[in-house]
Amino acid sequence: MSESPAAPLRTADGVPLKVSLRRAVRRSKIKALLLVAPLLTFLIIAFVMPLFEMLWRSVDNPEVSTHLSRTVAALEGWNGESLPDETTFAALAEDLREGQQARNLGLLSSRLNYEKSGMRSTISRTARRIGTLEPPYREALIEVNDTWGELDTWKLIQRETSPYTMSYYLAAIDRQLSPDGEIITVPEHMQIHATLFWRTLWMSAVITGLTLLLGYPVAFLLASLPARHSNLLMILVLLPFWTSLLVRTTTWIAILQSQGVLNDVMVALGIIADEARWQMIHNKMGTIIAMTHILLPFMILPLYSVMKTIPPSYMRAARSLGGKPFLSFRRVYFPLTIPGIAAGGILVFILSIGYYITPALVGGQSGRFITNYIAYHMQTSLNWGLAAAIASILLFVVIICYLVFNRLIGVDKVKLG
Amino acid sequence: MQQILDRDEEVAAQADSSDCFVRFIDVQKSYDGVELVVKGFNLDVRHGEFVTLLGPSGSGKTTCLMMMAGFETPTHGQILLKGEPINDLPPHKRGIGMVFQNYALFPHMTVAENLAFPLEVRHLSKDEIQRKVDRALAMVRLEDFGARRPAQLSGGQQQRVALARALVFEPDLVLMDEPLGALDKNLREEMQYEIKRIHASLGVTMIYVTHDQTEALTMSDRIAVFNDGVVQQLATPDTLYEAPENAFVASFIGENNRLLGEVVERQGERCQVRLDSGETVTATPVACGEVGTRTTLSLRPERVAIFDHSRQDELDNCFRGEVLEVIYLGDHLRTRLRVCGNDDFILKTPNAKGHSALKPGQGVEVGWSWRDCRALDA
Repeated sequence: MSESPAAPLRTADGVPLKVSLRRAVRRSKIKALLLVAPLLTFLIIAFVMPLFEMLWRSVDNPEVSTHLSRTVAALEGWNGESLPDETTFAALAEDLREGQQARNLGLLSSRLNYEKSGMRSTISRTARRIGTLEPPYREALIEVNDTWGELDTWKLIQRETSPYTMSYYLAAIDRQLSPDGEIITVPEHMQIHATLFWRTLWMSAVITGLTLLLGYPVAFLLASLPARHSNLLMILVLLPFWTSLLVRTTTWIAILQSQGVLNDVMVALGIIADEARWQMIHNKMGTIIAMTHILLPFMILPLYSVMKTIPPSYMRAARSLGGKPFLSFRRVYFPLTIPGIAAGGILVFILSIGYYITPALVGGQSGRFITNYIAYHMQTSLNWGLAAAIASILLFVVIICYLVFNRLIGVDKVKLG
Repeated sequence: MQQILDRDEEVAAQADSSDCFVRFIDVQKSYDGVELVVKGFNLDVRHGEFVTLLGPSGSGKTTCLMMMAGFETPTHGQILLKGEPINDLPPHKRGIGMVFQNYALFPHMTVAENLAFPLEVRHLSKDEIQRKVDRALAMVRLEDFGARRPAQLSGGQQQRVALARALVFEPDLVLMDEPLGALDKNLREEMQYEIKRIHASLGVTMIYVTHDQTEALTMSDRIAVFNDGVVQQLATPDTLYEAPENAFVASFIGENNRLLGEVVERQGERCQVRLDSGETVTATPVACGEVGTRTTLSLRPERVAIFDHSRQDELDNCFRGEVLEVIYLGDHLRTRLRVCGNDDFILKTPNAKGHSALKPGQGVEVGWSWRDCRALDA
């Protein structure tokens, strides 16, 4: 009692209680850490590191400063109003000579070609003839390729000296930097990414809406049926998970294609004419149908888990208090399912904006998603920086969705399963 | 005793008259088409009456309430409300208030919004809703809690809100499905009186379901004791306790000493029963058969007395017993005896001045009147 209230509590042998407690739980903490260590290591190697690698690649810009080091040094202090002096051209010739001998000019020419088309051939043509060139290099280089006589070329080289670049992100939203450093829209015939982003977003929203529309009644039935019936229904809901994604997608091709099951049946029934078969696959409709089907369980399960916790007495109470069936549903049951709708919605939406295989197989040209372009840039155009930038933007959209969801509903309110 | 019977008849006569408010006629209910959960339920409830359906779980009492509210349809029979059959009337058109077992307060609405719900669906004006909600909150003494969510209230407060919500739209009939089951003992008793008070002041008809006999005895005008889908006895609380009509009611309501035997003689309002242990007991025949049939004798523990020469005339049945256990319960003593071969023979004696302190192992003579010993079905 005589102790001041601020004095820390002590155990019988005088050790502060906090220290003693920490010592007591240290062992169990270490044990717990050891148990999660394998997964943690795996996640760091397979998830966290690649993630940062990707984010890094989307802004990394080493090509010009590495392969044109002499030119970069010579350009320092260049005012950009007239062509650089002879020293700079000599430095460029030296850089290209060295690059030609080491045969590592490919990355540089690709990088510059992203910013200014024609740069690839300019560099390779110059590099091939670099051995025959004599000073003064300024005239010699311009003679080999007059691109070197353009002010914009030099501005570009000077700009790309920086070790970081925004140009991949700009390219990902169909923008580029003008030679003067302003952000401008790329010519219309080259615009592709912004359209794809919008298409991915609105089609994902449509798919989310459709899964909600189809899944809500099913989840309601699952939650309100007696256990032995609902178990059977649950197996039917989960059945798609037991079939390969590829098989399910190709099944839709078999059903929806113009010589497919559905068209055949409709022709046989005389609903449509044989020559007017519906095009339901390899377009937006195909993507929407197949993805709605594939993602449906991800909507049903969170909805079900929320509905399961709503006792039937709420609806009964609403009815007995005089609420007509629909009104009771709208005022009492529906508001209680909102956490489930939000959880299912965000799950399906996030999954579908990142979906790759289904749009690739059934989307054709018009039903393709932004993810298909990430794959294109990874595998075909080999512009990894751009692929990383697009992927980073997708990641950013997902994070925004999550934050909005957390703000409005609260992640802790959602139980899956 | 005679008085009690008179009152019972009076109640029965009133129920027959035309002011019958709720009426179950031969109601049967089966969920699976194999087994009947409710077998021929008949009940008449007068306007303003408090009737309790009492029974063990699974006896069909809640099913009857659900049929009344409209959440279950009777498989057979009719339910009348104010003389109109309501079998095909959906729940929201019945205008019956209901208090659910776990209150079923809408968790996403405040207390005031919960109370306003039944008024809003009836399209009352905003002012009127406000007025009625305030009045209902005042009735359950929760004036300052309108803005809270149900989760922020204690169990007892939630219970009051549920009660207020069932009453706020002024229904003539209120159904309650074990509304006090989730409360602790003290709160439960307090709420019993509260409900009783509200019932008396509003004059609404209440049908109450519970498995707690004390609750039923405290609150009800009449109690229907359910077992196995059948009403065993429908009577006032005192009749049920004093004059149970069969062995189930006798054992379900209050404590009860049971002695098994065979009827050997019947003469007017008395009968002789030879117990399985050999003794012969004089009893009141209530639901026993003719001579030679099996019977259960039912005897309330507080009607058994330690033999005393001054009361010799009253105690027609006298037997020696052995004290097995004495439990001190403050206001009374509970003594377990071995009497007539029954090891669970209970004797309740009030803790009055100068009561004789019994010790385990001690021999004692006990006696009871034939009027208190009722010969029921086997």
